[in-house]
Amino acid sequence: MLVAGVDVGSTQTKAVVMNEDREVLGKGLVPTGARLNEAGQAAFEEALARAGAKESEVGFVVGTGYGRYRVEFGDAQVTEISCHARGAVFLFPNTRTVLDIGGQDTKGIKVGPDGQVIDFNMNDKCAAGTGRFLGAASEALEVPLPDLGALALSGKNPVKMTTTCTVFAESEILGWLAKGRHVEDVVAGVHKAIASRSVGLLRRVGIEPEVTFTGGVSNNEAMVELISELVGMPVNTSSETHHCGALGAALFALEQILTGAMTERQTV
Amino acid sequence: MTSPTKHERRIVIRPPLSLAGTTRDENRTLIRDWWADLNSAEDEGRPVANVFVMGSMAEILRNFDMPIAFPEMTSLQTAVRGRSLEYITTAEDAGYSPDICGYVKADVGVHLQGGDHPMGHLPKPSLVVATNLCNTYIKWGEIWERMYECPVFVFDIPGWRGSGFETKRGSGTFRDDVRYVEAQIHELIALSEEVTGKRFDIDRFRETLSSVNELSRLFQEVLELNQHRPAPFNALTEGINLMGIVNAYRGSPKGTHFLETAKAEFEERIANGVGAVPDERFRLLLVGTACYSNFRDFAGLFEDWQGVFAHSDYMSFAGGALDRGIVYDLDRPIESMAEQMVLSTQEAMGGMFWGQDWLTEVVREWDVDGIVFHGVKSCRTVSTGLPDEREWLLRHRDIPGLFIQSDLVDPRLWSEAQLKNRIDAFFESLESRRAAGARR
Repeated sequence: MLVAGVDVGSTQTKAVVMNEDREVLGKGLVPTGARLNEAGQAAFEEALARAGAKESEVGFVVGTGYGRYRVEFGDAQVTEISCHARGAVFLFPNTRTVLDIGGQDTKGIKVGPDGQVIDFNMNDKCAAGTGRFLGAASEALEVPLPDLGALALSGKNPVKMTTTCTVFAESEILGWLAKGRHVEDVVAGVHKAIASRSVGLLRRVGIEPEVTFTGGVSNNEAMVELISELVGMPVNTSSETHHCGALGAALFALEQILTGAMTERQTV
Repeated sequence: MTSPTKHERRIVIRPPLSLAGTTRDENRTLIRDWWADLNSAEDEGRPVANVFVMGSMAEILRNFDMPIAFPEMTSLQTAVRGRSLEYITTAEDAGYSPDICGYVKADVGVHLQGGDHPMGHLPKPSLVVATNLCNTYIKWGEIWERMYECPVFVFDIPGWRGSGFETKRGSGTFRDDVRYVEAQIHELIALSEEVTGKRFDIDRFRETLSSVNELSRLFQEVLELNQHRPAPFNALTEGINLMGIVNAYRGSPKGTHFLETAKAEFEERIANGVGAVPDERFRLLLVGTACYSNFRDFAGLFEDWQGVFAHSDYMSFAGGALDRGIVYDLDRPIESMAEQMVLSTQEAMGGMFWGQDWLTEVVREWDVDGIVFHGVKSCRTVSTGLPDEREWLLRHRDIPGLFIQSDLVDPRLWSEAQLKNRIDAFFESLESRRAAGARR
């Protein structure tokens, strides 16, 4: 019997299919767009295909992320805060602090040894310091998002970004270019600004080793380096951390079934 | 651990209670009468005083038969009635900044629209009485002064001079502070005589003080009823009704009668095991106010998890110190009132800046699972220290807390998806704590 977690985030939707031995068999990733349920379904189907499994083999699905209630095929919902915490401790058991930088949210989470949330702190009503900030820079500089990290690492004299507003970031970026600054220095400055703001959030919950960095931005090598530098220790990341919310959701799904807290879906 | 879907509402069969709804009905009657008094005063040319919930001076003003208008309450009512944004934008169109207090802008908008309020006609003030407990009170008074050329009287009440500072009864500092305030009370009496043309009646003043003593005793008793499990009333939704009446009817026998009604209804709920929230699972303490423009939705986000607010600090600092126990000495009424003003100001300001001890005590006595700190975007005075207070209580007292933000009355600052996410995650963490505690 399999379980799944589907994380419908503001920008991307992720899915993970897992077996009872907690092995990840397949992952899915699609842009969220306007049709949340369809995005959830598409990511789920992609994960099933990669797992070589059928939907009828999945006994329980937990939805998470802002669109969790739109995962109509989901059996239960858990917030992505709890899911990232659970997923991070699963990936790195010594995790006590989680930094999740997603499309529109940045979260600092303090976790216990079992992955339970002890405290959390998030950006409020403002996308400053989130992945969206990088998206704005990518568009303004016409540099593909996946290439930003490597470019930032090549910047030797990062500019000092003064705005914290994602919308105004674009005009500030253009202002630096107009002053003749190199693109890589501007990109490095953008990364520094996000890292600084994110670690500020993290400090409010207290930084305790180990720190695990999750969410889509954890794929960005420059951000990993900058965050590690600011927290004073290397942060954990892996090829799974991008999907950490969906992974945590799948773990909750498995727990529901193993503990008998919820009955399996009727399709099984 | 799974989140509830948005505002799941279940029909709960409760035992029939003979007093069910009596508090709500009396509240509606009293609020309607309060508005009728404000409207008839203006029609009859009687002076009306604009006052604030912290330091209303109702004890003095009632002596002159001056109806008292609370702009904080009338602004709140525009929000609950779904019209605050219309007034706020009217004020902003007139040049008021988006950053200033939503209550002020909703009120200014009403006045700029000729006093047209969803519940009646807001009269022009003949007198404004404020205290230095809130900077905005003073600026707000100045707005009416410019609009209507009415006198504004601002009490300057000495508060705490620093962390841990507290003047004690009998100390020289306390006596000096009281004398300073007592002199101001005499000045307000003289001004009120001038505005109304009536003489101050010291015997009637004693009667009013006696009524406030009774009101304070009852208010404390009602609040303590919520130490029961399940909590008989929700300090958020029903608490606001209590607050409205104890402010508007402070010093009036109608106020004490209302609290007797509330007390009887809540005692009946306790006797029958009926809680304010069906199948109560979590007990909460609210620090700050609710978001009144989205009041039902705000409450629903907690009720979905069967969470009840057993207490709120708003019922303390905006309740005119009634919760702390006011006992006026009727043999020396003015001096005694000055003493209470000094003490309550110290406690209100102390609670605002050094509230952790009081919050810890409430968590223990009301057996609360966690504290919800609701920051008000347009009120930095009460919101600035909340994140720090939350962190301190978690780190030093192991009291879990949630910090969320929206506004008092401005629906533009309400973001339900973000609020729900944080609130759901907070309840999930409370469940985890409970499960971990059970394992131990």
